[in-house]
Amino acid sequence: MAIKDLPKDEYLLKGNAACPGCPASQALRVVLKALGQNTTMVVPACCTAVIQGIYPKSAFNVPLMNIAFEAAAACASGIKAGYKAQGNDDTNVLVWAGDGGSYDIGFQALSGAAERGTDMIFICYNNQMYSNTGVQRSGATPYGASTTTTWTGKLEHNKDLSEIMIAHHIPYVASACVSYPEDLYAKVQKAKSIRGFKFIEILAPCPPGWRFPMESMVEQGRLAVESGMWALYEVENDKMTFTGPSKGILEGLRQRKPVVEYMKAQGRFSHLFKPGNEGKMKIIEQHLDVVWDRYRKQSSCLK
Amino acid sequence: MPKEIIDTANHIAAEAVRIAKPGVVAAYPITPQTTIVEKIAQMIETGKMKSEFICVESEHSAMTAAIGASASGVRSYTATSSHGLLLMHEMLTWAGMARLPVVMTNINRAVGPGWNIWCDLNDALAQRDTGWIQIYCAYPQEIFDTTIQAFKLAEDKRISLPVMVNHEGFIMSHTSMPAKIYDEAEVDKYLPKYNPNWKLDPQDPLSHGNLISPEHYTEVRNDMQKSFDAAKDIFVKNAEDWKKQFGSYFGGMIEYYMCDDAQYVMVTLGTIGAEGKVAVDKLRKEGHKVGIARIRMFRPFPTEEIEKLSKKSTLIVIDRAISPGMGGIVHSEVKSCAAPGTKIFGFIAGLGGRDVTYGDIENMIRKAIEGKAKSSEWYDLKEAQ
Amino acid sequence: MISKVEKRDRSMDKRTTISRPTEGAAGKTGSWRDQKPVLDQKKCKKCLRCWIFCPEGAIVRKEGDAVEIDYEYCKGCGVCMKECPFKAIIMVREGEVYENQEECAKEEP
Repeated sequence: MAIKDLPKDEYLLKGNAACPGCPASQALRVVLKALGQNTTMVVPACCTAVIQGIYPKSAFNVPLMNIAFEAAAACASGIKAGYKAQGNDDTNVLVWAGDGGSYDIGFQALSGAAERGTDMIFICYNNQMYSNTGVQRSGATPYGASTTTTWTGKLEHNKDLSEIMIAHHIPYVASACVSYPEDLYAKVQKAKSIRGFKFIEILAPCPPGWRFPMESMVEQGRLAVESGMWALYEVENDKMTFTGPSKGILEGLRQRKPVVEYMKAQGRFSHLFKPGNEGKMKIIEQHLDVVWDRYRKQSSCLK
Repeated sequence: MPKEIIDTANHIAAEAVRIAKPGVVAAYPITPQTTIVEKIAQMIETGKMKSEFICVESEHSAMTAAIGASASGVRSYTATSSHGLLLMHEMLTWAGMARLPVVMTNINRAVGPGWNIWCDLNDALAQRDTGWIQIYCAYPQEIFDTTIQAFKLAEDKRISLPVMVNHEGFIMSHTSMPAKIYDEAEVDKYLPKYNPNWKLDPQDPLSHGNLISPEHYTEVRNDMQKSFDAAKDIFVKNAEDWKKQFGSYFGGMIEYYMCDDAQYVMVTLGTIGAEGKVAVDKLRKEGHKVGIARIRMFRPFPTEEIEKLSKKSTLIVIDRAISPGMGGIVHSEVKSCAAPGTKIFGFIAGLGGRDVTYGDIENMIRKAIEGKAKSSEWYDLKEAQ
Repeated sequence: MISKVEKRDRSMDKRTTISRPTEGAAGKTGSWRDQKPVLDQKKCKKCLRCWIFCPEGAIVRKEGDAVEIDYEYCKGCGVCMKECPFKAIIMVREGEVYENQEECAKEEP
């Protein structure tokens, strides 16, 4: 799959209210290219509630239902059941939620819908914080990151929602990143072709939230993957496959780039480079080793 | 031919839902609503009912799924009670503002702590301002009729609002009483096939509920108010049309009992208004001119009717709910629309399922007649334990 | 698929909050920009990286995979400049004079 193979169709229209350099709007373009016109979206409170623009205008050219923060997967369950009752079993029902609406406040509804095996695609665009409300910590915020509720750096590691979703034994779980659009497109297309509950997580480097220059948005995503701070993989019917640079890292064919290369451009980690914080940097590096050890064990189990 | 059955109010409500043929039912179990959900699940599993059933993981999700289903273009239904309703609160406003005609049965139950599974009306009355039409029933037949009528009212283009049909926990929900289950074909004539006022359709994209500025918000709220105002007459007409077609009738916004010449009228919601008929008959035999105005429709509130009533009668409001720091909830509402100078007495009674017998009701009315009632008081309050 | 679209009644749009798809739902977002990307067509190899990475969809993919920048909506983030492997896009301050201006002007409004 090459960039040229991606369709020209755009379902997120120009002149929307996303910040310049927004990873969510870029990923939305790719996701909606893969899903096409016959798609209905559900969006809980998150940046995408704003990206749409202001009533009576909307930047989305597919039907979209805004719903309360914790409720996205439940709303999608209702829509799917309603379409089914009308004899329509082929419209893609897509939840598009931030990490708040999936890791944290949205988790109960997400877990419930996954357990019921409702035929939908749930995508979490993960910018590792509550960007929309002004950059507060979330369950996806990594250790050490400064946010407006963890000014001196978060003291806990993030949880791993994709792993939690794997434990729901759903037919498809994938982890992607905005910087690899062909990989993302292929994963969404695969999710579209599978019946049941599908979960995809997309790393979305947020320029104002992470505090790096907006032109580096794609570069930051790439560095996250190359340093191993993010992994690209998919789990299809309990078979785990790593994709892109993550495949080489997993197989030991490729060195992880030093974490500092990923962190140095981001204001949220700048305090870690000051004297006295060497220990915290070490904690991040050690945690990363633990994460990749786990990936290796897990992928050898899920063969 | 209608089928006469003897069953619980919950099963009778479930029968009405079956006949209304919702596309989707989403629900989460809570005592004393459970037997509705169980019955519906059974009817769907055995093919007696064709709806999609979503057995969600919380009441919040039950209401949200009902909203999603309704937005997809089908008739949708849910049922809950007490804490379940409280958990739904946020989504109740969503259904209201989205103008989605979800119909819900709420079985009135007290709120905790401590856990009290018995009846009072605080659960539903606390949802007063969420943009739901609220109806309170006192008879099993009324529950059947009103459930069907609720769909018709909710879906009416002039209204396009969700409707909550209430009946009381255990007093109604688990008590077997006779009711007529009317013919499906006859009901189909009364309740037209669902024709959504708006829906999520990939062939005609729209975004529902994105950012709305102060420039537009007030007008959207105002349209809702207009629909609530319009709902009064339409509700009354729908009940009259039902009466013509099926025969059963329980009043318009208010069920009046012996009110024409009444000096004293008891005003209440739900079964106290049914039980009170025995007390009124007894007091009438003694020569007291007393009557009952049982409010069936609480939102929109029968403002004009209460005002009219207050001009000729002293009102005795019995509340099975309390707004702490203010008093009886219906009492406050009645006072807000009664004519100036009306004598209004208020009683708080029957909280957390404490029985309110016709003897109790007689005592309360008698207290007012004898001039011993206060403007607001608690009935049958035991000494501090 | 869902039923065919007949002439739809849109009276509910104002009664609840229904918005319709519109280009420029947040206005002419090109006005947000303080620097703009300028594309040198001679250097462009039509790899389409700028097209797929543009968060706004403001880089228009034309016949034959040539690209064109829609300055009406381009917010000037610079991702296209950064991601172009051939350095065919430069960022210039709005109103600033730059090299190749005449050739690039063809692309601008």
